Amino acid sequence: MRIVNQPISKIDGMDITTGKPVYTDDLAHGHELAVKILRSPYAFARIKAINLEKASRIPGVECILTYQDVPKTRFTMAGQSYPEPSPYDRLILDEYVRYVGDEVAIIAAVDEKAAEKAMKLIKVEYEILEPVLDFEKAIGHPSVVHPEGDVTVNMDIGMDKTKNIASSCKIEVGDVEAELKNSDVVVEGTYYTQAQAHAMMETYRALTYFDHNGRLTIVSSTQIPFHVRRIVARALQIPMGRVRVIKPRIGGGFGGKQTASVEVFPALVTLKTGKPAKIIYDRRETFACTTSRHAMRITVRLGADKEGNIKAIDMQALSDTGAYGEHAPTVFAVAGYKTLPLYGKARAVRYMGHAVYTNKMPAGALRGYGVTQGTFALESAINELAAKLQMDPAELREKNIIREGDAHPVLGETPEGKPVVLASSALDRCIKRGKELIGWGEKYPRKVVSDTKVRAVGMAITMQGSGIAGIDTASAVIKLNDDGFYTLLLGSTDMGTGSDTTMAQIAAEVLETTMDKIIVHAADTDISPYDTGSYASSTAYVTGNAVIKAAEDMKKKIIEAGAKLFGVDSEEIEFDGEFVRAINKHQSLSLDEMARRLISGEGKLQLVGTGTFGGDTSPPPFIAGFAEVEVDTETGKIDVIEYVAVVDCGTMINPNLVRIQVEGGLVQGIGMAMYEDVKYSERGKMQTDTFMQYKIPCRKDIGKITVDFEPSYEPTGPFGAKSVGEVVINTPSPAIAHAVYNAVGVNIRNLPITPEKVIMGIMEKK
Amino acid sequence: MQIKVTINEKMMELEAPYDEFLMDTLRRYGFLSVKKGCNTGSCGLCTVWLDGKPVLSCSVLSVRVNGRNITTIEGVQKEAREFADFLVKEGADQCGFCSPGFIMTVLAMKRELSNPTEEDIIHYLTGNLCRCTGYQGQLRAIKKYLGVV
Repeated sequence: MRIVNQPISKIDGMDITTGKPVYTDDLAHGHELAVKILRSPYAFARIKAINLEKASRIPGVECILTYQDVPKTRFTMAGQSYPEPSPYDRLILDEYVRYVGDEVAIIAAVDEKAAEKAMKLIKVEYEILEPVLDFEKAIGHPSVVHPEGDVTVNMDIGMDKTKNIASSCKIEVGDVEAELKNSDVVVEGTYYTQAQAHAMMETYRALTYFDHNGRLTIVSSTQIPFHVRRIVARALQIPMGRVRVIKPRIGGGFGGKQTASVEVFPALVTLKTGKPAKIIYDRRETFACTTSRHAMRITVRLGADKEGNIKAIDMQALSDTGAYGEHAPTVFAVAGYKTLPLYGKARAVRYMGHAVYTNKMPAGALRGYGVTQGTFALESAINELAAKLQMDPAELREKNIIREGDAHPVLGETPEGKPVVLASSALDRCIKRGKELIGWGEKYPRKVVSDTKVRAVGMAITMQGSGIAGIDTASAVIKLNDDGFYTLLLGSTDMGTGSDTTMAQIAAEVLETTMDKIIVHAADTDISPYDTGSYASSTAYVTGNAVIKAAEDMKKKIIEAGAKLFGVDSEEIEFDGEFVRAINKHQSLSLDEMARRLISGEGKLQLVGTGTFGGDTSPPPFIAGFAEVEVDTETGKIDVIEYVAVVDCGTMINPNLVRIQVEGGLVQGIGMAMYEDVKYSERGKMQTDTFMQYKIPCRKDIGKITVDFEPSYEPTGPFGAKSVGEVVINTPSPAIAHAVYNAVGVNIRNLPITPEKVIMGIMEKK
Repeated sequence: MQIKVTINEKMMELEAPYDEFLMDTLRRYGFLSVKKGCNTGSCGLCTVWLDGKPVLSCSVLSVRVNGRNITTIEGVQKEAREFADFLVKEGADQCGFCSPGFIMTVLAMKRELSNPTEEDIIHYLTGNLCRCTGYQGQLRAIKKYLGVV
């Protein structure tokens, strides 16, 4: 491979880093109406009356919209393939407000100042209702978060909204109870994960306008332009053909921008006024009025024999989806689907439970998508099992993990009804290498450094998927331009990951050309071929395969066109990326010359190659993560000394970009493990809504990060590649918790792992 | 209010309301490299130089820069691109949204510190948050750029 598997610089790198105006707000012309949202101060209330009299008299106010001004068709903001599993449970504005921060009115004015002034003068009369704030008390709570009768679902997701159950799920193989009964050793633990924030640097934003054809154009910092088109069309009750969505450069997403959190508001303003409009969420709104990770409680029971052969895994889960059900059923299910297969030797496995509505900010998609939560629970339990068995936790894993060639029913079913076989895995090698890198042999379990300091190591393993099998698809189109360079049209959404670059690498590899000959365009729903968007660890695998198909199609068409120009059969033509040769005639034509002739009166032929791909399976990447921490036994303070992750993501399309994905994901995972606490007031207001209260890791908080690779070869992947974007966030929480346990004997089962919890644990032990 | 400032070595007269922060004024006048990441002076994205020293432009009132010198990344493109080349070669550019502020801090650090250690570098840049890279690639780029072993 000449270009794939090379550390090529990101094609947009020099321009985005040096300040070129290429993000959503940079593209505004400055005369859009400023859109502001009046938000509910109550966690649960019904709006009795809204008085706009004084507010609408403020000079510059263009319109103020309330629940009486919006279509009455419920929708979901979740960016998922239609028909979405997420329930249609929201309106743009509703008579009921379901969390502190829920939208009450949309104000549009000539500038922010006028909009804010008007906002303060809106008088709202509320009937305050008793909120559901504790997700463990949601089921059967006297208050029903969604009392309205018009919530609909596209499929049976196990909703019972009278009990505040948004969705239910059960995955079961074998007889878990019987296997547990027959186990020599059983451990049980209940684990809690918090509602982590994405904290991407560019907050949510969109601008909207009518174009010269009277079509509603939305420029949005989104991961899901095609889903946004459909969501907005439904929410506004206008045909999809009247909506165009353009995605410029994105300042980070992490799954947050897989939910269309803001687009409907300026879109409605533009629809009502005919004028361009812009909404920019500040950091507070981004923290408190969009989505977060689903907070979860997972109780794990593991059964094993004395030799450490795991016989049963049982996971009972409860997920807090907040006020609306964006991604509720899918995040919930994935927490089981992408954890249970890890220990392939277990005879019986089960994962079940509910996602529940509460009067808190809705949860949604966030890197890891449930697997992060499931991994913390399962891997913590595995470490507790190892402790009970008095067995090295690495050895326990080596004994029980799924291996390449093993079949597992939870991985999926083949068309013949057989369990899917794991086609690629180097997890065993990842564990081995990780142990070497962290120095497991010398350091496990602990070293006493001084009277008050203990150093210890801990570990965890994880898997994810690569795209959503059987549902999500991606397409690519390649156009040959009249000077012999190509335009690669994509609907995937590079949010900083570098996917535009890796897709260009794949195209250049197949077309045997150089990177400078591939121009990437993404994404604009009027121009780009359909792609579900960049989420679910899909782009490298799903879009990557589509690009291979499109490039091969283009190659075939170049050869056919060459045959026509030379007047020979296609079999007599050779193409090496630069020249088209008629083998027997000793004639050749450069690609640029041929391209010019093709689009001229002589050729009358625009060459376009296309490819569409959807995965039949979702090949899992794997990671073995190892933490070394130092714990202060007097204060409970934890310092991460080193974090080692060894990754199997198949072939690395671009080793540099893969490495950064891993490092960035690990640090986001360390943040979740140790710093990123979410706190609500007693009345349900999120208190951690700025970077002052919600601490994401800074440069000093993370210790040494060591990343290495043990690639397998995924036969269905583009050049053997699997995904890497999400799997990277899953191991830090359980591995650090394990290291803390090994240091001071305290099991922290409730994230984040703070000094307070550690010192309390130490004191309780005494 | 009217203020007179030198921005990227050009004298300019700007209109800025008394309560406007420099970051908003700069964006209003087309210096779109300046990004806002928080509202609390926590993230470092809006870093520009005031009389050659890095400041958070979201926390400086525009009226207070009357008569002073402002530098944004638009004004130091050659130097910024030299460093950006190292950053991009590590793959540590990622979403790029924090990069202009980050690069302005790196270039200021280069002027301010001689032979910084790894610890010095991390300390100087602590106020510049990044959610994409995990900071390691940025550090590798800086060390190569400064020739720090």
